[in-house]
Amino acid sequence: MLHQLRFERMLFRRNPSAAFFNFVLPLVLLLLVASVFADEHDELEILIPGIAGMSVMATTFTALAFNMTFLREQGILKRIHGMPIRARDYLGGVIGSAVINAVVQVVLVFAIGKLAYGVDLPDEPGAVVVYAIVGVAAFAALGVAFSHSIPNFDAAGAYTNAVFLPMIFISGVFYSSDELPAALEVIGNALPLKHVIDGLAGDASGAGLAVIAAWGVAGAILAVRYFRWD
Amino acid sequence: MLRGVPEAAIEVHDLQKHYGDVEAVRGLSFRVERGEVLGLLGPNGAGKTTTVEILEGYRDRTAGEVSVLGHDPADAPLELRRRVGIVLQSAGFYPRVTVTEALRHFAGYYPEPRDADETIALVGLQDSADVRVNRLSGGQRRRLDLALALVGDPELVFLDEPTTGFDPAARRTAWDVIRRLRELGKTVLLTTHYLDEAQELSDRVAIVKDGRIVAEGPPRELIGVKAPYRITYELDGRRTEHETDDPTALLNRLTSEALDRGERLENLHVTRPSLEEVYLDLTREAE
Repeated sequence: MLHQLRFERMLFRRNPSAAFFNFVLPLVLLLLVASVFADEHDELEILIPGIAGMSVMATTFTALAFNMTFLREQGILKRIHGMPIRARDYLGGVIGSAVINAVVQVVLVFAIGKLAYGVDLPDEPGAVVVYAIVGVAAFAALGVAFSHSIPNFDAAGAYTNAVFLPMIFISGVFYSSDELPAALEVIGNALPLKHVIDGLAGDASGAGLAVIAAWGVAGAILAVRYFRWD
Repeated sequence: MLRGVPEAAIEVHDLQKHYGDVEAVRGLSFRVERGEVLGLLGPNGAGKTTTVEILEGYRDRTAGEVSVLGHDPADAPLELRRRVGIVLQSAGFYPRVTVTEALRHFAGYYPEPRDADETIALVGLQDSADVRVNRLSGGQRRRLDLALALVGDPELVFLDEPTTGFDPAARRTAWDVIRRLRELGKTVLLTTHYLDEAQELSDRVAIVKDGRIVAEGPPRELIGVKAPYRITYELDGRRTEHETDDPTALLNRLTSEALDRGERLENLHVTRPSLEEVYLDLTREAE
């Protein structure tokens, strides 16, 4: 697994556009939106964990859905299937690489929030770490599962954005989800991202964690059940 | 496995594969002995790739018994995959790594891999060792395919149309590699639709047509059994053709009769059909 993980890190470094979308784009969004609310500290306290949650989803769900679709379409998964590596070691390496990206990104977002905008870290860092771990694992599993429904690499952008964009709008990335219409709030509450963001904001709840975990388990089951090498 | 019979590298008994109503493989049986090169030869859609992909563990079978190095490939056991090298008809590469990096990485999957640089030299890619894969030509990628199949130093190598798309020089290199594999005592299952390739490289050839084996044997024997000698000549502008198992006697009779009548046999030829003609005959028969 470590062997694969090291290789995946090299692949990531070799792909500047992936690095850009993973790291730079969320940070640019953060800076843009934060500049609008620069004087409103309350809004910034919502925005920083919101962007952190969005980054978790972008670096795991979106990146893995893209990546797996590419690997399958190129026949790279098929080649690997004929070689002596266990599926769990292979996927562990691929997912582990995405998890590293997610952790780096969350740390970056909180660091910028603290240093540039004076947004304090949540009171209970332990709870934040738990949420980050469960959230990252759930979105990684969902990303692999979702890749099975993407017919080809050209469609990957449309498919992932069809999930990603609505989700960030109803999960309180840019504004508090309390301001949403009731129907959308219900949907947002059923989805995992809002709870990841709440957790990263230090607003932890057992129910929220359970929702994330349930999505994660469902994602893992679907990811394994419908896994295709080609 | 029968007791007392040395275990073959590959044993296939009454293999069948159906896709819905389509019977892609309809009762194939063959053996590949250890150290042997078997060529599976047949037209597109004959069931060659389906058969090979079942043996490689990529596809389930509908019925029949299959043993590869003593394992059932359907379970895709790690232990089997360590001892097997696979060249698929098409498989992808990581585009942004170099040839050497790809070899080193995949070598890490195997317990006792072949040296990466040595493998690169074996397939003749040493001049492109530090080139990224997305800059390689089609022929160079196919060599890389071959290198990746050999990097684990496998006992058994599956080659599914390994030289399709090769220029003549690359083909000769690949042939040399395959001959070298045989010298090293490796077992090779080769599928190809190039007859010269099957004839040149295989100890035995099995001709597959419509999911069945229609002929099997060493290339020389296959030609001998199915096709006698052929004698052709022209007389008064008319072309005449005879087939015989005993060309000496027939030629003697034809020429002496012609001399007796004071005729000349123009354009006289004694030929033996190539494997190609045998193959075309066999694969045409069922239509």
